[in-house]
Amino acid sequence: MKTLVPPQFRVVRDPERCIQCQVCVNQCSFNAQYFDAEDKVVRTREENCVGCHRCAALCPTRALTITRNPMDYKANLNWKSGDIEDIWRQAESGGMLLTGMGNDKGYRIYWDHLLLNASQVTNPSIDPLREPMELTTYIGRKPDRVHVSADGVKLETTLAPQVKLEIPVMFAAMSYGAVSLNVHESLARAATEMGTLWNTGEGGLHETLYKYGQNTIVQVASGRFGVHSKYLHAGRVVEIKIGQGAKPGIGGHLPGEKVSADVALTRMIPRGSDALSPAPQHDIYSIEDLTQLIYALKEATNYTKPISVKIAAVHNSAAIASGMVRAGADIIVLDGLRGATGAAPKVIRDNVGIPIELALASVDSRLRQEGIRNQASLVISGGIRNSGDVAKAIALGADAVYIGTAALVALGCHVCQQCHTGKCAWGICTTDLGLTRRINPDIGAQRLSNLLRGWGLEIKDMLGGMGVNALESLRGNRLHLRGVGLSDTELEILGVRMAGS
Amino acid sequence: MKELWKINNPHNDDKVIDACSIFGAMDVSGKAFSGTGVIKAISNMHDRSNGLGGGFAVYGLYPDYAEHYAFHIMYLNEAARHETERFLKDNFYIVHDEIVPTKPTTGIINPPLFWRYFIDIGKHKPTEMADDDYLVDKVMTINATIEDVFVFSSGKNMGVFKGVGYPEQIAEFFRLDEYEGYLWTAHGRFPTNTPGWWGGAHPFSILDWTVVHNGEISSYGTNRRCLEEFGYKCTMQTDTEVVAYALDLLVRKHNLPMELVAKVLAPPFWNDINRLPPGKKELMLALRQVYGGLLLNGPFTFIIAHEGEMIGLTDRIRLRPLTVGEKGTMLYLSSEESAIRLISPELDNVWTPMGGEPVIGRLGKPLPSHKEPAGALR
Repeated sequence: MKTLVPPQFRVVRDPERCIQCQVCVNQCSFNAQYFDAEDKVVRTREENCVGCHRCAALCPTRALTITRNPMDYKANLNWKSGDIEDIWRQAESGGMLLTGMGNDKGYRIYWDHLLLNASQVTNPSIDPLREPMELTTYIGRKPDRVHVSADGVKLETTLAPQVKLEIPVMFAAMSYGAVSLNVHESLARAATEMGTLWNTGEGGLHETLYKYGQNTIVQVASGRFGVHSKYLHAGRVVEIKIGQGAKPGIGGHLPGEKVSADVALTRMIPRGSDALSPAPQHDIYSIEDLTQLIYALKEATNYTKPISVKIAAVHNSAAIASGMVRAGADIIVLDGLRGATGAAPKVIRDNVGIPIELALASVDSRLRQEGIRNQASLVISGGIRNSGDVAKAIALGADAVYIGTAALVALGCHVCQQCHTGKCAWGICTTDLGLTRRINPDIGAQRLSNLLRGWGLEIKDMLGGMGVNALESLRGNRLHLRGVGLSDTELEILGVRMAGS
Repeated sequence: MKELWKINNPHNDDKVIDACSIFGAMDVSGKAFSGTGVIKAISNMHDRSNGLGGGFAVYGLYPDYAEHYAFHIMYLNEAARHETERFLKDNFYIVHDEIVPTKPTTGIINPPLFWRYFIDIGKHKPTEMADDDYLVDKVMTINATIEDVFVFSSGKNMGVFKGVGYPEQIAEFFRLDEYEGYLWTAHGRFPTNTPGWWGGAHPFSILDWTVVHNGEISSYGTNRRCLEEFGYKCTMQTDTEVVAYALDLLVRKHNLPMELVAKVLAPPFWNDINRLPPGKKELMLALRQVYGGLLLNGPFTFIIAHEGEMIGLTDRIRLRPLTVGEKGTMLYLSSEESAIRLISPELDNVWTPMGGEPVIGRLGKPLPSHKEPAGALR
């Protein structure tokens, strides 16, 4: 069937600059560039172009420009081009529309309506170039109080396992199989260098990466891929994945084409077979079942590791989170509406869940109201773009954040939303051995470390500006936030006052 | 006085912002001395306050009534006094009461009425309730529910005197040169976002704990939410109130010694903790991990006092000044060395403590310079 969907992009080749070297042909994994052997000239199949810029970035003479196809429809505020084209795609395929990355709709980004404070006159700002400025964060369950011996010198309280983060930014769960081994190695090495954690995602941990275990969160998801005793013991934290912000309430599907020999070995499934993660964990149909799994994992790891539970931010997150803490979770992870994915049904990604800022504010407030906020650390993910977002998240009440998309962008991702195709031209979200070589773990680890280093410096500057020299003095400090352009209800949920008040 | 915060903070800012002069003097031998020197010292730092608040706390003040709680209460009118006295009679046994002697003073305009009551809890208290908890509850009830009244001092054998004016004016008004005590703290206030209110001056007090404070807590929002989790209601929106509640929680409820309380309020840096010997390291680590929400961040110096103890503490990087002086059995704490030198020119020791390092004077114990401060990191 001939498709009615027009090409999304136009590839403009400057004939003055093009030297017919075919780099673009070799780089394009979507077959948008090809060499016409008859005419001995490089040509373009624009309908295949995804706008990933791989060809343009590597063209030695910068002969290529990628622009949006300027094809206009009759102006209509209800029927926009995407709505029309999605219908054509489904009329032609009869299936669900799949997509990658996070929600790209125009839902309000609350980070952009929150502003941070700074000290003037009555208290001094602190200069991080001249004074110590502390970002260290310990995640894990905290007791209500500390007991010391009568003489005041000996600690008599035994704390639950605490994990130190030098910077409150961790790398979010992205499974081996969804992303390549080189990506995993880049994340693991950067986390180790920067004193933070990376997360295996649900596809197990490749043998060669066990040495980074002290900086690894090992995930246990509904498919239980690659979960075994050695895996659990390798990690610093064990995370139970209940849900994901990009696709709350549904499972996952790693197509058999991505299950290479190494992926198969790590996931403990036959090579080439589809890896299906059920929508729920089939041993968790209720909160008391979660308790059982949390304590099964604590037993299995001899109470040496915090157990994290990750959920998608949904309407009643606050009540769910409270139940999770009472069920024994040491860390709560909330993944918001804009959280990304390697593959999800578009209708789910675009329509299910709530913005992370609101979920974070309501969960933090609820846990405090119930006096159990200290019993679990609160980590958020889904849509953190820069260190300003991190600082605002901490001020709203988060202990730390995860970054997924931002980490991949640091590696070269251009957010073209083709993760589900397995053809990532940047070699990130693919297991095609020809493509995965495009990520060099030496360079990847360096780029990721650099990003965190830069964010760390920026967060220190913001803290110093607010007149505090330790991150815990910003945590939950909503007085250092003001809202702009928000309704009274939004301000109330965020627990933030209007700018100027 | 209903809705205290409205009076204290009419602009509904997040909190009251002020800066100040502070002074403390203690004779660790327990010998009482007159307030003349302390008044002279605090008035030497006149320019550090702006006339919108001054106050004093005196310990060993009422030896004749040492076993009874001493209430200092300010009234805006006689009706408030009658209502409050009915409440006191219903809930306590009043051993003695009298008007607090004052004298007309230039610069002191329209002061409230001041009365003091020496009271016994007697049989009014439920048996399962501790005396202190009962007393705190009743003081909070008076302050929150009866109009035009404020209980600003409620400890045993001590008292707070404070109001709107320069500290030397407040001293003259309350005739403080006629009192004696073994421990005095004093405060001159420079608020920037609030008009003067008699109850809003320092020292801030609950039971026999008093706090005088120079500074602004930039971590106020975090500290306040942390204390709210423990059931404290921060009604006055002053960061000094946060300090008082933090002390109550850590000292009275969690039984931590003052040396460790100082390490919660102004903790050592993580890097310094890592360099501590085993044992001490785990203790400091646990304190900071568990009580991170009570870290007081931003510029401050406090002088905290209660029966038999005076503590000086600055923030971790000492953004507000504190000078310590020692002479014989006298310990002085001051915003400026000049104030100490004015009343005790030849000091045995004088120094500026490290940021976050508490200076503690205790009755019957050697002065701080004669011992390695317990809990000291260096």
